[in-house]
Amino acid sequence: MVIKGDNPLSVILSVKKISKKGGVLMDFSLTKEQQMVRKILREFAEKEIAPKAKEIDLTGEFPWDNVKKMAKADMMGIPYPKEYGGAGGDYISYIIAVEEISRACAATGVILSAHTSLACFPIFQWGTKEQKEKYLIPLAKGEKLGAFALTEPNAGTDAAAQQTTAVLEGDHYILNGSKIFITNGGKADVYIVFAMTDKSKGTKGISAFIVEKDFPGFYIGKVEEKMGIRGSRAAELVFEDCVVPKENLLGKEGEGFKIAMVTLDGGRIGIGAQALGIAQAALDEVTKYVKERQQFGRPIGKFQGLQWYIAEMATKVSAARHLVYYAAWRKQNNLSYTMEAAMAKLFASETAMEVTTKAVQIFGGYGYTKDYPVERLMRDAKITEIYEGTSEVQKMVIASNLLKM
Amino acid sequence: MNILVFIKQVPDTNEVKIDPVTKTLIREGVPSIINPDDKNALEEAIRIKEEYGAKVIVITMGPPQAETALREALAMGADEAYLLTDRVFAGADTYATAKTLSKMAKKFDYDIIFCGRQAIDGDTAQVGPQLAEQLNIPQVTYVKEVKIEGDTLIVKRALEDGYEVIKVKMPVLLTAIKELNTPRYPSIKGIFEAYREKEVKIVTAADLGVDPQEVGLKGSPTKVISTTTPETQRAGEIFTGNVKECVQNLVQRLVEKHVI
Repeated sequence: MVIKGDNPLSVILSVKKISKKGGVLMDFSLTKEQQMVRKILREFAEKEIAPKAKEIDLTGEFPWDNVKKMAKADMMGIPYPKEYGGAGGDYISYIIAVEEISRACAATGVILSAHTSLACFPIFQWGTKEQKEKYLIPLAKGEKLGAFALTEPNAGTDAAAQQTTAVLEGDHYILNGSKIFITNGGKADVYIVFAMTDKSKGTKGISAFIVEKDFPGFYIGKVEEKMGIRGSRAAELVFEDCVVPKENLLGKEGEGFKIAMVTLDGGRIGIGAQALGIAQAALDEVTKYVKERQQFGRPIGKFQGLQWYIAEMATKVSAARHLVYYAAWRKQNNLSYTMEAAMAKLFASETAMEVTTKAVQIFGGYGYTKDYPVERLMRDAKITEIYEGTSEVQKMVIASNLLKM
Repeated sequence: MNILVFIKQVPDTNEVKIDPVTKTLIREGVPSIINPDDKNALEEAIRIKEEYGAKVIVITMGPPQAETALREALAMGADEAYLLTDRVFAGADTYATAKTLSKMAKKFDYDIIFCGRQAIDGDTAQVGPQLAEQLNIPQVTYVKEVKIEGDTLIVKRALEDGYEVIKVKMPVLLTAIKELNTPRYPSIKGIFEAYREKEVKIVTAADLGVDPQEVGLKGSPTKVISTTTPETQRAGEIFTGNVKECVQNLVQRLVEKHVI
């Protein structure tokens, strides 16, 4: 094992074997500790998370119980160093965690992903020592929950069109504006909030702030009624002369847009993993069902028409997994990953949508009812094509990286 | 206080299939787990460590891949792990196993030895008690509760229709049942620590100083001639209806069978 530089996300676990010809051998296998993470998390997710997924979906209740259990299992800061409250693990292990939790309950999966990738990461990457001690440690330990607030009513895909403003007055910034669709909104303790500090500079005028839920002038607005991932929260945040201490500026003034974009690159690997978990869950449900369900005197899995569906589903899930793990592997090894993360998210989310839709079809009438989980999986899958950059945004990112024009 | 926990890596019987021809377990592709009762034993040892302070030393005998079970035990909170692995250990019955394990136990200054009640692959429930005999220490089997008072344990031992409370001085060997506790999940941090900061030490027959003739298949008095699934020869039958009908049917059936 080689630890490169200061970035603990760059722990190289399995690529250092040099072949006789002098090249670095390709290695698709998980390390032993990654395999153990998978084994334990699958057991944990199947026994502790999955049994409540249906009820969480029906009631739309925020699964605090799941969050507490994940915190107890040191899952809320997997890729961050132990000195900052994390588990000191590698990025692929974290991605496996999002996948396995999402396979059991996608709503819980996005809580974990948004917390780890979108709230903890920018503090870890750009935070001062004091900010890390004050905010990252309790977040990574799972004592506090985090959120990321970029999207506004008029700044969705066009994230640069930020209307929330931050004005420096003495030793405080005063924030005004609103954010929408904020995952963990109203439930989180710590928010990474983006606001314009200098409108004349465009994207270079955006800054990032660490906002605590109890800061004066910070309110929770409308909570969305969603199609899927119903246990997770998407809420409006309102800032009315919200007072944010100067020392809570994250990074430098004007660095906000860069912070948001780099953070979202990582977030997309997390959403890719969530989509992958949903798709795997649908595939697992289907392979079980076609062996049990009898029509025309035999299990429907004996019919070639369905076998072809299943073969296609399994192939796409496997391809999605390779793209997601590859993007995670690049991030872990300090290689560029913007385009790979976009590809992983694009392909995994579209695979999740396709596989879950097919699963409902294979289940027939039963699939359309709440007696089986596939209709929930289909509703949960849809959001993965939309949030943290729509599929169309991913294509923009991929093309611009490719064409550089 | 030192607590030795002896565990066994077993195939997950929930996933096991039987070869219809040879009638033996198909082990290929079957995930391996820590034997469930052993996990209760381990959990209790870690609980005692947390409550009273102790060092938890986990030991297994098995093929090299049994290391995974030890890593999981370390991830749960065990302090040290030893893997007894050597070709000459292979094929051991419970007698040879207990004898080998006793040699290992003697290397430590132990207060409590924990074993699971029985392994789900063999179901003999013999290794724990035999180990206590080899070490010449008291044993309490089917343990469902443990309290420590000075150098004494107050142990609840489950019986079919209740339990008995036993006061026993350490060192002592206990075998755990699932009623004892609910084993924790290893924390994710624990997994990374188990692989990066802790060590699984390999112990061979030479390290133990045992005579190869006394361990493994050669040291096992048990000889397995064959393994078969018993055929169902008698099937129960339940009569339903009112008492009169039931009795009539029963008598009729007994007459048919020439019993009366």
